[in-house]
Amino acid sequence: MATIIIPTPLRKFTDRRNRLSVNGNTVREAIEELAFNYPDVRKHLIDDHGKLRTFVNIFVSDDDIRNLKNEYTPLCSEDVISIIPAIAGGME
Amino acid sequence: MSYKDITFSREELARYNRHIIIPHFGIEAQQKLKAASVLVVGSGGLGSPLLLYLAAAGVGTIGIVDFDVVDESNLQRQVLFGIEDIGKPKVLAAKARIGNLNPHVNVVTHNVQLTSKNALEIIEKYDVVADGTDNFPTRYLVNDACVLAGKPNVYASIFQFEGQVSVFNFTGNDGEKGPQYRDLFPVPPPPGLVPNCAEGGVLGVLPGIIGTLQANEVLKVITGVGETLSGRFFVFDALSFDTRTLKITKRPNTPAITELIDYEQFCGVKAAERKIKEISVEEFIEWLQAPEQIQVIDVREPEEYREVNIGALLIPLASVSAQKEKILRDKKVVFHCKMGGRSAKAIRELEDQFGFDNLYNLRGGITAYLERLS
Repeated sequence: MATIIIPTPLRKFTDRRNRLSVNGNTVREAIEELAFNYPDVRKHLIDDHGKLRTFVNIFVSDDDIRNLKNEYTPLCSEDVISIIPAIAGGME
Repeated sequence: MSYKDITFSREELARYNRHIIIPHFGIEAQQKLKAASVLVVGSGGLGSPLLLYLAAAGVGTIGIVDFDVVDESNLQRQVLFGIEDIGKPKVLAAKARIGNLNPHVNVVTHNVQLTSKNALEIIEKYDVVADGTDNFPTRYLVNDACVLAGKPNVYASIFQFEGQVSVFNFTGNDGEKGPQYRDLFPVPPPPGLVPNCAEGGVLGVLPGIIGTLQANEVLKVITGVGETLSGRFFVFDALSFDTRTLKITKRPNTPAITELIDYEQFCGVKAAERKIKEISVEEFIEWLQAPEQIQVIDVREPEEYREVNIGALLIPLASVSAQKEKILRDKKVVFHCKMGGRSAKAIRELEDQFGFDNLYNLRGGITAYLERLS
C-alpha cells in the first residue's frame, strides 16, 4: 500500500490524519480513494471536469507527477505521495 | 564596485571572525555579504528571524517593505519586536533593532504596501528579494516583479504547523535559470480555500524555523557557497517532523510574464467581495432581545468555538453546504466567525448554491461583539 501525506490545510477534512494508506495502483486511483473516504477533500483536489486542480502539486517520492506519467503514474507499496498545496502565510 | 574592493574595519573583522575562519567561506564570502543588498518583503513572522540573521551575518544593505504597525498579538512569534514597539511602524521598530544588533548594516525602510505600481521601482535597487508576505496577491506580485527585474526570489511560506522554502528565478553557476513560483502554482487557489494565519493560526516557533532556513538560502544565493534550493522545494511539518525536499522544474506551458497586473483581481479577492446583507454589533444586540425570531450560526472551527462562543449553532465554513438543512428559511439568520470574513463566504456559498435570502453577516464577527460587551 502506498502512503499519502496529507498537507495541513486538508487535515480538517481527514479527521486530522496526516498520513493515509491507499490501495490504488496509480496516483489517480489513490486520489479517488482518498476522496471517496473523505468526500470533503474532493473539491480541493479535483475540478468539476474531473481533472486534478492546477494549484495542487502532487509528487511521488521526490518527483513531480508531471515529470512522470501524471495521474497515471504507477504506484508501488513503498511509494510516498505528497500533496503540496499553495499556502501564503508568513507576515501575519 | 566589485566585492573584491570591499574592506573591513578592525571591529568588523572581529565581529565576523567566526564566518571568516570557516573553510570555503572566508573573507571572500564576507565581502560578498557586505557588498550585497537584500529586500525583505514583510517584517512579521518570517521577516523577524530573516532580518535578525541577515543583519547579524553582515549583509551590507537590507531593505524592508511593510506598512503595518506592531501589535501585541505579533509578539507570540515576531521576535524582532518588544513591548516598547507596540503601536510603532514595523519598519521603524525593525530598523532600530537592527541598528542595535549590527551598526555596520545600512537599513532602508519602505513604509508602504508593495503594489503593482511601486514593486519594480523598489525591487530593482536590490540584488536579492526574500518574500515573507502573508497573502496570495502579494506572493504573485513579488514573483512576477522578480521575474521581470531578473532578481532571485528566496521564498518561504507557513501555515499552522507546516512550512515551505525554495529559491525561485535563480540563475545557477551553469547559467540556467531555475523555476519560478508560477511553474509550481500557475494560478492561486480560489479565495477561502486556504485561510490566512489570522484565521487559521500558526505555531509561533514555526516562522522562526522556516525564516531561519530562508535566511540560510539568502546567504547561499549571495555568497555562492553550497547549493541553493533552486529547483528544489523544501517542506517541513513541525508536528510529525516530516521533512521532504522535492524536485521542481520549469514548465513549458507557464505563460511568460510581460507586465504586473491587478493581483487582487487575479486571486479572486475582488470578485469575492460581492455585497451581502450585514448587520452591526448594535443591531445584533437589538435582535437578540427577541431571540425566538432569529437563528445565530457560528462558522468557525470547533477548537475556536470551544475557546469562546456566544451559544450559536456551530457549522464550520467547510460544511455549511452539507448542513444546509439546519439553516432556517423562515427567520432571519445571523452568521458570524472571528472577524467576519469566513461568515461572508458561508453566506455567499449558501445564497449562490441554495438561494437563501434571509442571511445576515455580523460585521466584525465575535471579536467586535465581545469588544462591545466589555
